[in-house]
Amino acid sequence: MGISAKLSGLFQRSLGILVFALLWELLPRSGLVSAAYLSPPSEVLGAIADLVSSGLLFKHLEASLYRSLAGLLLAIVSGVGLGLLMGGFRRLEALVDPLLQLFRQTSALALFPVFILFFGIGELSKVAIIFWASFWPILLSTISGVKQVDRLLIDSARSMGASRAFLFVKVVLPAAAPSIFTGVRLAGAYCVTALVAAEMIGAHSGLGFLTLNSQEVFQVPSMYAGILLLALVGLLLNAVLALIERRCTRWRRGLRADA
Amino acid sequence: MSSIVARDLRMEFTSRDESGRAERVVALEHFDLEVRAGEFLSVLGPSGCGKSTFLSILAGLAQKSGGSLLVDGQPLEGINARQGVVFQGYALFPWRTVLENIEVGLEIRGVGKAERRERAREYLELVGLGGFGARYPHEISGGMRQRVAIARSLVYEPEVLLMDEPFAALDAQTREILQGELLRIWDRHKKTIVFITHSLDEAIFLSDRIAVMTHRPGRIKEIIEVPLPRPRLAELRNSEDFVHLRQRAWEVLKDEVRFATAPVPAATSTRAADWPASAQAGRRLAKG
Ligand SMILES: Nc1ncnc2c1ncn2[C@@H]1O[C@H](COP(=O)(O)OP(=O)(O)OP(=O)(O)O)[C@@H](O)[C@H]1O
Ligand SMILES: [Mg+2]
Repeated sequence: MGISAKLSGLFQRSLGILVFALLWELLPRSGLVSAAYLSPPSEVLGAIADLVSSGLLFKHLEASLYRSLAGLLLAIVSGVGLGLLMGGFRRLEALVDPLLQLFRQTSALALFPVFILFFGIGELSKVAIIFWASFWPILLSTISGVKQVDRLLIDSARSMGASRAFLFVKVVLPAAAPSIFTGVRLAGAYCVTALVAAEMIGAHSGLGFLTLNSQEVFQVPSMYAGILLLALVGLLLNAVLALIERRCTRWRRGLRADA
Repeated sequence: MSSIVARDLRMEFTSRDESGRAERVVALEHFDLEVRAGEFLSVLGPSGCGKSTFLSILAGLAQKSGGSLLVDGQPLEGINARQGVVFQGYALFPWRTVLENIEVGLEIRGVGKAERRERAREYLELVGLGGFGARYPHEISGGMRQRVAIARSLVYEPEVLLMDEPFAALDAQTREILQGELLRIWDRHKKTIVFITHSLDEAIFLSDRIAVMTHRPGRIKEIIEVPLPRPRLAELRNSEDFVHLRQRAWEVLKDEVRFATAPVPAATSTRAADWPASAQAGRRLAKG
């Protein structure tokens, strides 16, 4: 692909955003929508600049990233670990599957009061709700990935004398990796949603807190700044997860039609 | 060198039929076979007669339902680490490069990284794939994949090689080239080979002896000696002795194929169209 083709592709993709930003700027400026409810993007950017210079942005961002990454990482480690075990031992899976389906349908938000009851209003309950939201897609996709592993690959490793540990780490895990990553990407999206909810209840920092708090004190531009930043965090998280996925499943590049 | 003795081997599976009722499938019954140390033995039989089942029992992957199986006089327990298996279908790990695939057996045995690489390279050369080590399995042809699978089971130097229709998915030409190469490797490395196949020609060309199986429940119907001289070159396929042996083997096999539910596999027919291919393969062998 030539540079001009790339540029025109980039232009095409940013065109929608540009038009949207322009509309957003014009609506409050023209008075069609009250500026008290909708701040134009120029003011929102100004609010972000203020947040940067006062150091508040860093504080909120750090709090949000810490919570979401802690919850997500915990979910990945336990979800993949448990998923490998459950996918590997069919009986166990048959036993707990109905329970899993029930838990999966139990909204993380509905459980938040329970988490507060158990873990208090502090960081732990926030990490817990994010963990809960991210855990299920990872667990379920890991189980289904493990169940789909080609029997032949396992037999061929076994015939060479592979131990159980070798089978799990070097055969089942990489074979299930594509399915696991599907779950992890989904978990990334759930994790941000849960983050916002957690930070809107009894928090003193974080982008979710910033958003709600700004609304309460009529700092409308900084409320929109919070929303925008949350969206950016979501995008960034998704991009990072996609990058990790690409690195880990590099071998599949030639197998996919789009590569 | 190891020898294998199967006595009155029996294998049954329980599976569900359409209405969900448990159904017993007897895959092997009264299965007696002796594999001599260092020989090339083919097991020939119609589809579904239990060839792969026998191989999984032999490899220690499946638990026999009855009878006895001795390897070097000892009852086989668990995986036999002195056997290498080449599966029906290549069973390569798609996330590993060719070289990494060949290394697996050594990795399992705890061989260090540098030595692993070196030995894998050596076997990559042996199967004529030097230069393809960094490719992934989906980036090479079927014939190449099969060579990788063979190199992978040779690299940790098993005494016995169990091969389950390794060449069945290949075109006639590639197949004959690989048959020639397998004989060359076998001659050089002195293994015992148990080779499963559907194909009369393949069995005769490769083997010292051919064990012909009945339809399911499978047992050994007859053992045919193949007294053809070695080294065997592709031209041998046209010789009178070869054609004679094929007729004889077909006599033994044909009733079983008729009994088996599956249609007659194409490879057992004696199509004249195959001959030019073999002549071509012969020329290539003579050159290489
Ligand atoms: N795990 C299993 N569960 C139930 N039945 C099985 C199982 N494995 C094999 N069988 C049955 O046992 C019989 C023998 O199967 P096997 O795979 O050994 O045949 P085969 O001779 O290798 O056939 P082919 O030449 O087509 O590979 C078949 O009828 C098959 O349906
Ligand atoms: Mg088979």
